[in-house]
Amino acid sequence: MNAKQVDKIATGILYTIAGFVILVLLALLGYILVQGVPNLSWHFLTAPAEAFSAGGGIGIQLFNSFYLLILTMVISFPIALGAGIYLNEYANQKSKVIEVIRTMIEILSSLPSVVVGLFGFLLFVVQLKLGFSLLSGAIALTFFNLPLLTRSVEESLRTIPNLQREAGSALGLSRFETIGHVILPAALPSIMTGVVLSAGRVFGEAAALIYTAGQSAPALNFADWNPFNATSPLNVMRPAETLAVHIWKINSEGIMPDAAAVSAGASAVLVIAVLLFNFCARYFSKVLYRQLTSSK
Amino acid sequence: MVEPNQLVFTDEMPDHYIMDINEDKHEVALSAQDVEVYYGAKQALQKTNLKFERYKITSLIGASGSGKSTFLRSLNRMNDDVGTVKGKIMYRNLDINSSDIDVYEMRRHIGMVFQRPNPFAKSIEDNITFALKQHGIRDKDELAKRVETSLKQAALWDEVKDTLHKSALSLSGGQQQRLVIARAIALHPDILLLDEPASALDPISSAKIEDTLLELKEKYTIIIVTHNMQQAARVSDYTAFFHMGEVLEYDLTRKIFTRPKVQRTIDYVNGNFG
Repeated sequence: MNAKQVDKIATGILYTIAGFVILVLLALLGYILVQGVPNLSWHFLTAPAEAFSAGGGIGIQLFNSFYLLILTMVISFPIALGAGIYLNEYANQKSKVIEVIRTMIEILSSLPSVVVGLFGFLLFVVQLKLGFSLLSGAIALTFFNLPLLTRSVEESLRTIPNLQREAGSALGLSRFETIGHVILPAALPSIMTGVVLSAGRVFGEAAALIYTAGQSAPALNFADWNPFNATSPLNVMRPAETLAVHIWKINSEGIMPDAAAVSAGASAVLVIAVLLFNFCARYFSKVLYRQLTSSK
Repeated sequence: MVEPNQLVFTDEMPDHYIMDINEDKHEVALSAQDVEVYYGAKQALQKTNLKFERYKITSLIGASGSGKSTFLRSLNRMNDDVGTVKGKIMYRNLDINSSDIDVYEMRRHIGMVFQRPNPFAKSIEDNITFALKQHGIRDKDELAKRVETSLKQAALWDEVKDTLHKSALSLSGGQQQRLVIARAIALHPDILLLDEPASALDPISSAKIEDTLLELKEKYTIIIVTHNMQQAARVSDYTAFFHMGEVLEYDLTRKIFTRPKVQRTIDYVNGNFG
């Protein structure tokens, strides 16, 4: 066999594998959308869930999912940003301590989410008496999200060539000024992509939330935006079942007559939301990059 | 114009010849005194004593790994993070290699341009104004004036004056390098250090950079590392020859290229190396 034939066969095999992966993904996505989309309606997206009768919606769960996502990001992004900047820009790369920290981040990122959930349950819900609440859920998700987000910030910063840092110092700018005004803006599109992709993961997470944010979605009064009131949507101490947890729950113990339809609809919403996150991530990082670098 | 050290010429050629600049007759902008550089335990640069005359161009030549870039980068403390620099670097009666020097302030006076063009991912204008703003210059007219004069001095103004808001990354390599030079001189430094500024460029861009340097000599003291000996011969007034982490010869450029005193320099400038 000559090199040309080998190359042809290899190309063929690789195409087949790639095609298979795409096929599986399309089949999954198609199945979820075909099953779910016919159940979607404005009523379904906004109405509260029904426990025993048909016709319930996912309004509260949808709101909870987004609110929890925002809370999680508000807590985890600044920490991840700081940690990522430290690890890539300030830390002595040869130090043993830094090596240990990196290994720990890696281990933490492969921790099963149900373990994060049980840890969160014992520590936040029980020990710290936060109860089943959005806050417990957000902190648990921060644990779940932080390692990956930190890595993604660090990787984004690493792709900025050292020439840029040297350019900054040669102009008499401090390391902090150079990072803040040169390195971060240049890395921002890639950081944003990381944030939005991790948002997709957080949005679809169920196992870490079952024992932390809880499995119930008490009625909310959408006219009351005082975060200290029990029925206010903004109250962070209320239990909050998210969309992903809702899907899990309907499928394991749902007794409403249209459980299958609700589950299919909710799954479709979840998948569409995650897809939207991904498309938005690409779009925003392009726009941001153009804005920050004034390139057309 | 220059008094060489008293040398006893024997049949054997000297190993070293370091010209001394007479400070009564010539203004010295920067002088390195017993400067040594270590990377970890490894000594990258032997004790070096060089004086640089004001408003002149000095070339540092030598093979790769001869220590010339290491020496240049020590002159504005760009080696602080990677190595240890011993000795004194005197600038306006200050030892800028001492620990109590504000390196950020010092680098405003001793600017640097690198081998590969490194404009920021910002517009052409912002590339120049950014550092100025960080150093507290807010006046719009002043900023606009500095953009224009520095771009003119770097011979780039005519090519970019209508596209100042476009990304600096859209410029060609040669234009980027001249922009980077403009960015450095917009800070009004005293001394400009250039680390092989033309080595990544085509001959035409390289020639433009050389013209730029000859113009800049009126106002700045320039120290340039170069691999290109014709370039050193064309632009510089003084030349230092580095070999294996040591300066072997330092003299007027025309002497280095016509009557070098050290055998290794003769070999190097004639291209009979090794």
